[in-house]
Amino acid sequence: MARTSSLDYFDTESLLSEEERAVRDTIGEWVDEKFLPVIGECYIEGRFPKELIPQLADLGAFGANMPEKYGCADLNSVAYGLIMQELERGDSGVRSFVSVQSALVMYPILEFGSEEQRQHWLPKLARAEAIGCFGLTEPDYGSDPGGLITRAVKDGDEWVINGTKMWITNGSLADVAIIWAKTGDLDDPGSIRGFIVETDRDGFVAKDQKGKLSLLAADTSELALQDVRVPDDHLLPNSSGLRSALMCLNQARYGIAWGAVGAAMACYQEALSYAQNRVQFERPIAGYQIQQIRLVEMLTEITKGQLLALQLGRLKDRGELHHGQVSMAKRNNVNMACEVAREARRLLGANGILVEYQSMRHMANLESVYTYEGTHDIHGLIIGEDITGISAIS
Amino acid sequence: MNIIVCVKRVPDSEIRVAIADDGKTLDSQGIKYVLNPYDEFAVEEALKLRETAGEGDVTVMTLGSDDAKETLRTTLAMGADQAVLLKGEPSVDGLGTAEKLAEAIRDRECDLVLFGKQAIDDDNLQVPAMVAELLGLPCATVVVELEVSDGKLEAKREIEGAHELVRFELPGVVAAQKGLNEPRYASLKGIMQAKKKPLEEVDVGTVESRLEVLELKKPEERSGGVIVGEGPDAVPTLLQKLREEAKVL
Repeated sequence: MARTSSLDYFDTESLLSEEERAVRDTIGEWVDEKFLPVIGECYIEGRFPKELIPQLADLGAFGANMPEKYGCADLNSVAYGLIMQELERGDSGVRSFVSVQSALVMYPILEFGSEEQRQHWLPKLARAEAIGCFGLTEPDYGSDPGGLITRAVKDGDEWVINGTKMWITNGSLADVAIIWAKTGDLDDPGSIRGFIVETDRDGFVAKDQKGKLSLLAADTSELALQDVRVPDDHLLPNSSGLRSALMCLNQARYGIAWGAVGAAMACYQEALSYAQNRVQFERPIAGYQIQQIRLVEMLTEITKGQLLALQLGRLKDRGELHHGQVSMAKRNNVNMACEVAREARRLLGANGILVEYQSMRHMANLESVYTYEGTHDIHGLIIGEDITGISAIS
Repeated sequence: MNIIVCVKRVPDSEIRVAIADDGKTLDSQGIKYVLNPYDEFAVEEALKLRETAGEGDVTVMTLGSDDAKETLRTTLAMGADQAVLLKGEPSVDGLGTAEKLAEAIRDRECDLVLFGKQAIDDDNLQVPAMVAELLGLPCATVVVELEVSDGKLEAKREIEGAHELVRFELPGVVAAQKGLNEPRYASLKGIMQAKKKPLEEVDVGTVESRLEVLELKKPEERSGGVIVGEGPDAVPTLLQKLREEAKVL
């Protein structure tokens, strides 16, 4: 079968195991054969291709790095990263969808949930019989999530939740939301806990975010919770404070560091092929110095990003991953992908603005990826604090 | 129902191959190998037959070097139960390959042997029929539809300008054509389970080759075409050229 993702200038292929390659090729084939033929139209229509969700579930893409006993494939982190790379080679929207389901919904249930919660939710989420979303960000609390003002108040053996969440991927599609709320004083981020909230509960409303110019083939929503009641056993018992929510984000950011490489690969390959075929002044434009240098810069940065992501994965698999490293990889690779997408679009000239080509779609998507899951700047400050010992934000 | 599927590891059709310095073989440098695409249909059909029957084993077999294990594991990841590697250098002589396969199949209990109709590297289309002959089994090639019930197999074959429906009693040999089914993707769980499934290795010694490759040559580069004009005005000139120069009309 066709596989177009073999961009490998530094033979990183030889650093992967046979299984890691097989995982990448399987997801890559699916992206080439099932996803890429429909994404352009979905993007123009502004809809997520949810008819493809069962196929992703059959492949085992949801929670792929989680234990077999919950119906998952128990892959290592590198294989999981390669899934993210291949999905985002398709579109940031589909990678976001899988990221959220896996890293932001299944992961907190696995990490902070009770055994009953895991048994109940994880197999269902793995089979996509339930779709999940993650509600941390609020209209006034983005980069500063510790300030969030959603509250959960104990009433008998129930919790009553009130608040508004914004920029919630999968929000309108979701059957279940992981909602982060303060159970104590509003100035105490330590009182933040996670709750499993079914979206059909009274008082829960999801509203599609209108007017996006990025991630058009993804569901982005606002959630409003008004006196939403959940039983006590819906609290994630082992979640404690903002730190728990940030641990989830670290998982998602890990996937983004890989995903961005995929988006950049798609743009580079499109640009290279276009440059070799587009003739101006009786020569393929690939024969001009300016385009050669452009392509070389793109490939060089992608290659560095590949190696960064791979080493990040190996560290994660050894259990030696440090959050500053995740920040650096997310920050570098997404920024790199933004630049590569922009250069690819420019190389494509007028054709570059059309949906038949991928680069402008990736370019627009990546502006969101640059901003979400910790903005480029915030990740800079996280690393800055790590190396200087001085926090620039608090 | 026990099924043996014979498969081959071939160069990926998506990559450009180069001829090695000896002028007789492919330069293996930089070649990515895949499961022969027609064999994917054979594996898929075997899995479907096993699922319909609700019992039985699917064994995948190949003649090749150690590298072919990766190809076998691809089929195990798709859902095959076990694999057999007949360790030996595959020969360009289809009969040499067929002899080794037939020998290995003869020792095993099996109701059906499935093949892809051809391997996309040599394009010899020899092995399925030869294996059937060596085993004294009926054989249907270029099969696009298959039905098995009560120990009988009905196969729809593609022939020139028509379909032919054939029937035989099992055991027998079938070679799959594109269109027989849509091969499934290996699931990620399947990939992880593949390494735990049995992969038997059998040393089969030297594969006899009665055929010698003298030379491997790329087709000559085509020269550019001719644009005879534009719109309806160009049609007479085009017709004339097709008749007199290309001689296709």
